Amino acid sequence: MNGVRSKQEKVFAAVAHVVLSILTILAIAPFWLMISGSLTDNETLTKFGYQFWPKVFSLEAYQYIGREWAQIGNAYLITIFVTVVGTVLSLILVSLTGYALSQRDVPGLNAVFVLILITMLFNGGVVSSYIIYTNVVNVKNTIWALIMPNLLLNGFNVVLVRNYMRNSIPKELQEAAEIDGAGPFYIYLKIILPLSKPILATVGLLTAVGYWNDWTNGLYYVTDSKLYTVQLLLNQMNSNVQYMASHSDIQMATQNIPSVSVRMAIAVIGILPILVAYPFFQKYFEKGITMGAVKG
Amino acid sequence: MKAKTMGKRRIRWKKVIPIYIMLLPAMLYFLINNYLPMYGITIAFRKLDYSVGILNSPFNGLENFKFLFASGNLGPVVRNTLLYNIAFMIIGTVLPITVAILFNEIRSVLAQRFYQTVILVPYLMSMVIVSYLVFAFLSADTGFINKSIVEPLTGNSISFYQEKIFWPFILVFVNEWKSIGFGMVLYMSTILGISTEYYEAAKVDGATKWQQIRYVTLPQLKPTIITMTVLSISKICASDFGLFYQVPKNSGTLYSVTQTIDTYVYNALMNQNNIAMSSAASVLQAIIGFVLVIVCNAVIRKVSKENAIF
Repeated sequence: MNGVRSKQEKVFAAVAHVVLSILTILAIAPFWLMISGSLTDNETLTKFGYQFWPKVFSLEAYQYIGREWAQIGNAYLITIFVTVVGTVLSLILVSLTGYALSQRDVPGLNAVFVLILITMLFNGGVVSSYIIYTNVVNVKNTIWALIMPNLLLNGFNVVLVRNYMRNSIPKELQEAAEIDGAGPFYIYLKIILPLSKPILATVGLLTAVGYWNDWTNGLYYVTDSKLYTVQLLLNQMNSNVQYMASHSDIQMATQNIPSVSVRMAIAVIGILPILVAYPFFQKYFEKGITMGAVKG
Repeated sequence: MKAKTMGKRRIRWKKVIPIYIMLLPAMLYFLINNYLPMYGITIAFRKLDYSVGILNSPFNGLENFKFLFASGNLGPVVRNTLLYNIAFMIIGTVLPITVAILFNEIRSVLAQRFYQTVILVPYLMSMVIVSYLVFAFLSADTGFINKSIVEPLTGNSISFYQEKIFWPFILVFVNEWKSIGFGMVLYMSTILGISTEYYEAAKVDGATKWQQIRYVTLPQLKPTIITMTVLSISKICASDFGLFYQVPKNSGTLYSVTQTIDTYVYNALMNQNNIAMSSAASVLQAIIGFVLVIVCNAVIRKVSKENAIF
């Protein structure tokens, strides 16, 4: 019997291939349509709509982006800056806090832990956050508006890192170092950090994707177009187009609204870095999902 | 126990003080990002007076809430939030499990990797990007569905962004399109953890594939299903702001079928500058959410303790 697959198993495998192929096509098709649209001549696009294969091939949209690189390039730089700085800061915070909380012989840590748990259970809601970040700690139209609110640190990641440091790193290592007279900062830098790479890679990756994709912070706190990220630029173009559509009597400078193919091209270059990097971080991403670090 | 007695013996300040210093930045962040907004809840109970500042305005009891209920906007918004979440919950459980079970029947590791890689891609995309993708299909002037399917067949086009009846289906579809990879990976990890001995024993007893799924796989998935369902119930008042704001492009004509508590709060705050009403709605959501999390966590603790949040 071993190795021989029953007829029923073959049928199941065939059905599985069919269903998963359909899902694969559904997952790819929209991106295909978007890329094809960005490579289509704008006039053709307006006439025939988005097609899965460009009727008239054109690089005009990308040439336009090249000419307008001042604005789009700036958005790209802001996105990269926010992603890198935000992720690095977040990793420093989460590893320091996780390490501190993983200690067993320091009084008061349980109280701190409870304070962090409370942040996971209860929040003041969007409006109070908005009032605090515009009135008390004013981040409006600063780069911090894109880095600080909500994305920098969350209790869940702290708990994940703390549990890893506590359960997966032998405590004898730290005890031996302490007997040798090493202080907490030395132990954190030389022993704990190098051994925490797997968990920090997972947490850091999810944080980075979160920063790259974020547009809500900008929506609330950024009106200065110099601080637009790629996502915000795309969002803003959407709003402008809608504004035009609902105020057709107003003659706005139409050339400020990029054509349909250009908008798709900007979206394409917005997702390109993630698509290119994805195969390399897929492993960590899937691990993050099963650990529950990615909120569904 | 050992740790406890050690802690009681003596406090080593040379260690304790650096550890406290390490905690300081994060606690400062939680203070600003989480605890100050909790105090900000009091805004919902104040009569706004900009001359003294929002956070110092005088209290006016439940006036803001009365105003919110009297406005009559809340009904459809709450209904949409609940109904969409229930739909997401049911479809988001049945579909990923079905796919995960089928996925497990594929023997080729290469094919498995390929399918999983591709199906997870939509999950990586921001809702802004998703709204562009949806637009490429649905746009009245240039959308693929109108230009390549509806117009050639009927000679007319459908203004999707003006027609309410389509949106419950579109939003449920888009949500599932984006999250099915997530659900699949999640349930797959549980299925992979089921010992093959169960299946071999079932085969020896002559169990068919269906019976193996029915009597081995599904019962083993039960704890994960319960945890995920309870988690969704605890979030039933919250909605994915991006999905409901970006995908229908915040189109006013569609509000009655697309607006949820989160988009309602956003519009009241940012477009109408109505802090009183938006803070009342947002506080209501936060409080109901908190109660549900507590209740649901108690349920999870009963069912499978290791999955409880606290």
